[in-house]
Amino acid sequence: MRAALTASPMLLLHPSRGLIDEKFSLIVQNLSRIQDITLHALIHSDDGDYWEAFGHYVSDATGFVNVANDSSLGGTYDGVEPMGLLWSMRPVPGSRIGLRLRKKEVHTPMVVHISVYRGHMSQGFREQVALASVVTERWYMAPGVRRIDITEGGVTGTLFLPPGPGPFPALLDLWGGGGGLVEYRSALLSSHGFVSLALEYMTPRTSGGSTSHVGNEYFEAAFTVLKQHPQVCGDSIAILGLSFGTSVALGMAVYSTVIQPRCLVCVSGSHVQPVKGSLSDVFGEINKNVRNTRYDEENRVIWRDLLLPIPTDPTKKVDVGQLKCPVLMIVGEDDQNWPATESAEDMKEMMEKAGNSHLLTTLSYPGAGHLIEPPYSPHIRASNFMVAGTKQKLVVLWGGETAPHGHAQEDSWKKILSFLEEHLYRSTDVTSQSNL
Amino acid sequence: MVGTFPLLSVQPTRGLVDEKIQVVVRNLPPALSVTLHSLHHSEDKDLWEAFGHYTSDGQGTVTVAKDASLGGTYEGAEPMGLLWSMQPVPGSRTGLRLRKMDVLSPMVVHISVYSGHMTEGFSKQSPLATVVTERWYMAPDVCRIDIREHGVRGTLFLPPGPGPFPGVLDMWGGGGGLVEYRSCLLASHGFVSMALEYLPHDKNRTSDIESKTYFEKAFRIVQEHPLVIKDRVALFGLSLGASVALNLAAYSKDISPKCCVCISGSHVIPVNKAIGEVFRKMNKDGYKTRFDEEGRVVWRDIILPIPTDLGEKVDMGRIKCPLMLVVGEDDQNWATVESAKDMTQMMRAAGNEHLLTILQYPDAGHLIEPPYTPHFRASNFIMQQTRQKVIMLWGGYTKPHADAQEDCWEKILSFLRQHLYPSPDSVPKAKL
Repeated sequence: MRAALTASPMLLLHPSRGLIDEKFSLIVQNLSRIQDITLHALIHSDDGDYWEAFGHYVSDATGFVNVANDSSLGGTYDGVEPMGLLWSMRPVPGSRIGLRLRKKEVHTPMVVHISVYRGHMSQGFREQVALASVVTERWYMAPGVRRIDITEGGVTGTLFLPPGPGPFPALLDLWGGGGGLVEYRSALLSSHGFVSLALEYMTPRTSGGSTSHVGNEYFEAAFTVLKQHPQVCGDSIAILGLSFGTSVALGMAVYSTVIQPRCLVCVSGSHVQPVKGSLSDVFGEINKNVRNTRYDEENRVIWRDLLLPIPTDPTKKVDVGQLKCPVLMIVGEDDQNWPATESAEDMKEMMEKAGNSHLLTTLSYPGAGHLIEPPYSPHIRASNFMVAGTKQKLVVLWGGETAPHGHAQEDSWKKILSFLEEHLYRSTDVTSQSNL
Repeated sequence: MVGTFPLLSVQPTRGLVDEKIQVVVRNLPPALSVTLHSLHHSEDKDLWEAFGHYTSDGQGTVTVAKDASLGGTYEGAEPMGLLWSMQPVPGSRTGLRLRKMDVLSPMVVHISVYSGHMTEGFSKQSPLATVVTERWYMAPDVCRIDIREHGVRGTLFLPPGPGPFPGVLDMWGGGGGLVEYRSCLLASHGFVSMALEYLPHDKNRTSDIESKTYFEKAFRIVQEHPLVIKDRVALFGLSLGASVALNLAAYSKDISPKCCVCISGSHVIPVNKAIGEVFRKMNKDGYKTRFDEEGRVVWRDIILPIPTDLGEKVDMGRIKCPLMLVVGEDDQNWATVESAKDMTQMMRAAGNEHLLTILQYPDAGHLIEPPYTPHFRASNFIMQQTRQKVIMLWGGYTKPHADAQEDCWEKILSFLRQHLYPSPDSVPKAKL
């Protein structure tokens, strides 16, 4: 047991339970003056893997470290980074490869252990006893948010409803080619006051003996589920899509008579797809260019060239000149998976020619990759990927460097929420009313 | 239905009981009258509510931390008014007190915004928007342990982390039972804390409190815990618990607290005697009980006048550790103001006044608890010895009492940190 006169440092973290996109303040006090310490964060994921981040600090003359003001001198992040302990996390040495940290069970929080160690350490955290340690919970779901399984109308998804009587504006939430039913972004959006439907659409369906991707009427049915929900204001529905989800969002917004979104948020996606095509057509077009697949020095798959060059043929891309609602395009300049930057540039040109470019806002982030997700989740430059509907396993290169990607996630999320608030909670602009 | 929807937010959505919340309503029409309302469904199945009347500004925003409530259960700019001014809804049972007995779950509070300036009928009206916030006594990873050792009954709370930590023995008052929430909150702030039961509610159980031994045993349970720093254990008491703390600090040969926090307590009790003796003395002086205009029991005169006979009060000159006294000037239950004055005089005469810190709050009552919990001027009380049900007048007025709770809690934590978590550079290095 320690000598009775030893004083323990204190770790003060607020709030101890936060939403995943909330910042926390982290202070260490009662250290010796000018003492080298390491701040360390540890997560034990739902999949059983360990993720960690750490920063090296030196206490001031009063034995104090404040992560909001003080500079990390090294570790998994450096400089003044209040949330670096979260966004710079990576699998601990010896972990399985190609991991991605994603919360499947949204009713429980991500539990993060934050510790302070003596000295500037870069490994061996498990063998050392920390000076002090606290636990913080990071939640995708605010209290009072309700989760409902959706299976009506042939649609498979999960609906999240904010607390309160409503009515609320709503979102159709579309992920990308990885498929599955990914709920956490919808849970978080609901915690910000939107009804949100996370839609499962990538898995090919079997009917009448043949297996194929869902048709456009599937997305129309999903949109209708939202529109008809008693707690949704039917005229205030947006679509948020990432990667393939962007293709769906743009295609549907321009060509569907049923889907009339109030605005669109398109992350890391492209308008390049056969006009009025279905999902199958999009895949077909991409597969035609499969010889454009490249590999990096670690044999990871780079798919960005499959849609390049951006076609000049108007039948091969969504006619964005016909968009009638505001669009927020979010693009990582180091996206190795989709040619998001080139697509955004081409879209701008098309819309300028058509006279509706005032509807387009593009946020372009240098050093950010493809997977631009809600903030403070770790950046993944590459990960294991299973092509939906096949059993093919690859390691796909998403791109991005940790620090700029972390900042891109933080900045873009704030702007997404602002944009959605402006167009769904406040908008009474004439352009949208013409849709009614 | 193209319209605008109010945007109500509360941050943090999940907080500790002593953390402040930010409540903001946006996207209202400008200059709109609204009511902000809080609702809590207690463990005892009562409904508690608070509300404030606001007018949105030119941007259609109401910011509770900055804007003045024009009326309701609180007024003025009161960031936490929706919590500390809560009261039972109309039609509730009388004499209620809001106390969280299960610390493993949070207090859930629904915060809503209604159109107009409403004072009643909230359950019949649909609000414009609602959010839910959780208020926790327990930080993540605080560990709760039942203690049943050597006849001592209590609950121990351990902070997260490897330790070691300073310790606290936490004692409530004459209401008895095992009340855990304050200890739980102290553990959430880095102290090992044991909530001690010494007046069981269960008639079939008796505590061996006929001497100081019970409390000394309890203190040693905390002190000897492997995660506790032996010479950094404090005594924390409210009401009768404060008197026990003073008694132990002055007379125990067995234990030495590093510091003491005594809320709403007095040094006037039979000295060096058992708790049973305290009750017997109080019964003897029971004729001094008064009743207010509503028939509520006022006990403050029972220990008055403060005796001059040293045999009838704790010899404050014997206190060797820093002592913080917290006193509400409108305390109707114990004569704590007079006691504090007398304690000061005794310590001055004995030359140990430098150990004493007094926090004294005008218009605060007897039950000075962790902040943002509602104030009770009176509540139901079961007399320990006779099991008679009365309504006890505690005293205090809502706003000054809430301010007192907020102010002294911060100072109590500071005091405990100063004496139990000294800075390493001030600690003398051990001789090697």
